[in-house]
Amino acid sequence: MRIRLLLFALYRDITGVDELDIDVSEGSTAAAALRTLRERDARFGALPERPVVAVNREYAALDAQLRDGDELALLPPVAGG
Amino acid sequence: MYARITSDPIDTADVLGRVAAPSNGAAVLFIGTVRDENEGRRVHGMRYDAYVDMAERVLGEIAAEAGRRAGVDHIAVVHRIGELALGDVSVAIAVGAPHRAESFDAARWIIEQIKVRLPVWKQEHYAGGESEWLAGTVPPAVDRA
Repeated sequence: MRIRLLLFALYRDITGVDELDIDVSEGSTAAAALRTLRERDARFGALPERPVVAVNREYAALDAQLRDGDELALLPPVAGG
Repeated sequence: MYARITSDPIDTADVLGRVAAPSNGAAVLFIGTVRDENEGRRVHGMRYDAYVDMAERVLGEIAAEAGRRAGVDHIAVVHRIGELALGDVSVAIAVGAPHRAESFDAARWIIEQIKVRLPVWKQEHYAGGESEWLAGTVPPAVDRA
């Protein structure tokens, strides 16, 4: 299945990636998708092991199961205001 | 309830005007601005990044929850993103209510919630030309086990 990965702020600067479609195995969790990403692409090696994630624009647990077409966002600690 | 993320300058009078109601005995307008110093370093400007689609939804949830908690119906909140200069308004929060206590309480609660769970990030630009993303807060929102 294919998911869309989004990165912001510091994580975007670290990886040089803002948006990427990635193929992961059916039923992958967010954590598993991140592992796959790290194995395939050295740019993602510098990201924290367990970042805050959002799935389809909602904060989610790393063990949240992804579905085809999901939007997985990696969110640095927030600093609005 | 009115909640927006915008890359345009914030019109604070417009934000305040959005909470006007005959039932109001009080209205509070809070604004956050870009200041010239942080932890001993001279700041020349600030860039805000956001996960816009999510941030607008979260901002709406924060406003709605503030309304429920304080029993207030008239809330408007706008957060700006993009490049901001010193003194620019980064966030404006207006709350209109029958009495001052709930107006102040709701406005205060909203800014504190923005700080801990709005998916927005800021990068300070310093005098020497370098820039840094601020460390930020890990949102407590969900079980991320």
